[in-house]
Amino acid sequence: MTVRAIRLTTPLKDADLKDLKIGDKVLLSGEIYAARDAAHKRLVELIRKNKPLPFDPKGAVIYYTGPTPARPGQIIGSCGPTTSSRMDAYMADILSAGIKATIGKGGRSPEVRELQKKHRAVYFSAVGGTGAILSENVTKVELVAWEALGAEALRRLTVKDFPVIVANDLAGNDLFLEARTRWAKKV
Amino acid sequence: MREIDVKKISDAIRDLAIEVNIHLSEGLVERLQKALAEEKSELGRELLQRLIDNARAARDKMLPACQDTGTAVVLAEIGQDVHLTGGSLIEAINDGVARGYKDGYLRMSILADPLTRVNTGTNTPAVVHAFIVPGDKVRVSFMAKGSGCENMSRLKMLKPSDGEEGILKFIEETVIEADGRACPPITLGIGIGGDFEQCALLAKKALFRDPLGARHPAAHVAALEEKILTRINATGIGPLGMGGTVTALAVHVETAPVHISSLPVAVNIDCHAHRHGSLTL
Repeated sequence: MTVRAIRLTTPLKDADLKDLKIGDKVLLSGEIYAARDAAHKRLVELIRKNKPLPFDPKGAVIYYTGPTPARPGQIIGSCGPTTSSRMDAYMADILSAGIKATIGKGGRSPEVRELQKKHRAVYFSAVGGTGAILSENVTKVELVAWEALGAEALRRLTVKDFPVIVANDLAGNDLFLEARTRWAKKV
Repeated sequence: MREIDVKKISDAIRDLAIEVNIHLSEGLVERLQKALAEEKSELGRELLQRLIDNARAARDKMLPACQDTGTAVVLAEIGQDVHLTGGSLIEAINDGVARGYKDGYLRMSILADPLTRVNTGTNTPAVVHAFIVPGDKVRVSFMAKGSGCENMSRLKMLKPSDGEEGILKFIEETVIEADGRACPPITLGIGIGGDFEQCALLAKKALFRDPLGARHPAAHVAALEEKILTRINATGIGPLGMGGTVTALAVHVETAPVHISSLPVAVNIDCHAHRHGSLTL
């Protein structure tokens, strides 16, 4: 991601997101939360019981990733995005808690795009399968909760210029649908 | 009768698990370079370059190219003139997988039970397919099969009347449904024929074909592979689903004899990090 990226720092505010358009390149810095399937199940259980989450969700960013173990002397292992659509079912609760953006790979459901419009949240795509190179943008890793989940535990990652692309914007546009329509050829 | 200690097979699996996850093959990187030259979308080319850079970074840092270091899939072709000694073959394979995933700092992604969902902590058991073949050698092939693309794989029992167009349509629908989720540019393993489970296994075996993109020896199957590749690359999905002209790197089709009333088709998708290797003992 080389050309004219927009720099954003977490926690995200409404003003940070209002001008983002699908296809925009963003470099994210600050703290983001690594959570995937198993951690989402637990987060949503807490939200539904009106219990506090293990982190402040206001303006927070969730990154769908389950990193490989760090080698001695390394901060983190490989840490690319996993498929976002598996977390679609949790989005109504996640967004109602105040999360402002999620990072993953691949398209999301029309229902999620509507929820994001309603809660003024966006969806970013990181480049799937580039976990080795993405590890260079992670400067710190802390375990937040549920260590027994292993790769699926909830972790706080401090990132510097973490490269993502806007995949769903506040207007409900979808980068994946738009791109495929534009590039499809008649057979 | 030749004797082979299963410990040797275990060691081969351990080494393959680490090797394929950290060192993407030269053949794959060359194919990605070729895709970079072919791709018409500027963003698509940028993403392909990023995949090539990632492969280099993984080697340099001794990191897995992808954090999903996969389900361990093992094909064991065992010569019928071989006597395996030193214990259980399956236990030896799983021991090799467990050691490889621990020593290589790979991710443990396997749950003991799909319902209770507790991690085994060793990335075992592996999915093992063993075949008895002529000769006195053992060939083990290892694939680190990512789940993002495996989840988007499909099998359908078509009708004979669906014919070639029905096959093409089902494959195209599967790839469009997968979209960016399967991490394109993908490699497709396609099984046609056999019964339900043989068809799925044909598709998985097709993914193991070397070199990447090699054509099937039968001309009519090779021609179908070309047609599928053209059709998939016309979907517009492109690298990582963000639009473009290279959606698939390769299409491998395997076929098997079939019942008069059946036309099963299995589509096994592999992501751009197509990770497998083999060793003959």
